[in-house]
Amino acid sequence: MQPRIHEKIRNRPAMESLTASVAEIAKQMRTCIQCGTCTASCPNEFAMDLTPRQLWRRVQIGQPEEIFTSTTFSICSSCYCCTLRCPRGLPLTDIMSALKRVAAARMIPRYRQGVHFHKAFLDSVMRHGRVREMEFMALYFMSLKHPLEPFRYFALGMRLILRGKIHMQLPARRNKKLAALFVKAEDMEKHR
Amino acid sequence: MNYLYYPGCSLTGSAREYDVSTRALMALLGAELTEIEDWTCCGASAAEAVDPMLSLSLAGRNLALAETMSAGPDILVPCSACYLNLKRAEAAVREQGGALDDINTVLAGEGVIVNDNHHIRHLLDVLSRDVGADIIIGRRVRDLAGLAIAPYYGCQCLRPYAEFDDPENPASMEPLIAATGASVHRWSMGGKCCGASHMTTDRAVALELVGAILDAAAGADAVVTVCPMCQMNLEAFQLKISRQRRNKLDIPILYLPQLLGLSMGLPADTLALDLNLSNVGVFQN
Repeated sequence: MQPRIHEKIRNRPAMESLTASVAEIAKQMRTCIQCGTCTASCPNEFAMDLTPRQLWRRVQIGQPEEIFTSTTFSICSSCYCCTLRCPRGLPLTDIMSALKRVAAARMIPRYRQGVHFHKAFLDSVMRHGRVREMEFMALYFMSLKHPLEPFRYFALGMRLILRGKIHMQLPARRNKKLAALFVKAEDMEKHR
Repeated sequence: MNYLYYPGCSLTGSAREYDVSTRALMALLGAELTEIEDWTCCGASAAEAVDPMLSLSLAGRNLALAETMSAGPDILVPCSACYLNLKRAEAAVREQGGALDDINTVLAGEGVIVNDNHHIRHLLDVLSRDVGADIIIGRRVRDLAGLAIAPYYGCQCLRPYAEFDDPENPASMEPLIAATGASVHRWSMGGKCCGASHMTTDRAVALELVGAILDAAAGADAVVTVCPMCQMNLEAFQLKISRQRRNKLDIPILYLPQLLGLSMGLPADTLALDLNLSNVGVFQN
């Protein structure tokens, strides 16, 4: 417990902004009755430390530290089963995505790998308009700074190359097909 | 039957056989597909995870391009992830509220504008409702009797937009499978999540999900899918899961148009069966 509290005090402004973000998201969860249908519907619940119901409770009462040190939000695979079944009709998957975006914007450690994955994908899309799978994975590996990670994909990569499904291409850094759209969308998002 | 066609990035790469078999099947059925010119990425799950406006704008750009084309208004989309993203943008456009104005503000820089005269259709939607089992039966040249086929729908063609099937108990593939002469493998895993990109970022979780799906497919001769992500997860990790679970998984995973194409007499190479990662040898003769 001691180090967590220490961390909290040291990063007080960061913690305050996190609390504000969670409070904003909590407005959407006001009518949750804690019935647990989300937990019972979740295919990934077995791998989570907080069940979805427990996570939503922490959103309701405003406990950002518990939320963002949990594995729960990052293990949601957006299957929409909980959204489909929620008796209060809450858009739970979309609200989970909002939590993921808060975590992404702050590079919360538990979510870092996911953020690198999404950003590498979008980087390739921005350059060419369409994702180049080989470039995307190369950018992802580079961002992880983990020299052994690519080897996990070696066998699969070879099978895809041998079938001509992916191609060896150097990252084309000068391409910027959708750069203007990316900039404008980010700007609009900030002012919505 | 004329459709605008949005292949999406996967179908130009790791899911090329889905593109090849969809085009071959639709051509055989007499449907004309017109590819949207200069289409770009739908945003996949990545854009939504980072910036909702980027997600809507990337999808919206394609809707806007579709509007400039004379074919349509139905846009055929084989990839479930693309389908969900384009559907989300379609819903935002249809509401005609602030999101539409925002999308068009972003798209102004691209020189295009989105209105509301398009309809995003998943390939499974088109095959089950516009084509239908009777047409498949009528054109069947190869009876697949004796084979049991497990229908796998995944998530994104069913949820959250329940357009053409029951998102709890999907059944739209069953008449199509039965139309080939094959029997439908009875299971409850058809709409269960495959873990999607967790296969890269949280692999243990995805392997568990895929392992459970493939275990439940035991007794089936093949699983059919309608999504490149599901297809990749179900077929590329069978050996790894077999080692973990100490069983022997070796089940063919086919795209739905590949199965239907086979029953309608299309040769295996026209359906690009040589590109599948799972062992589909039994379907290649």
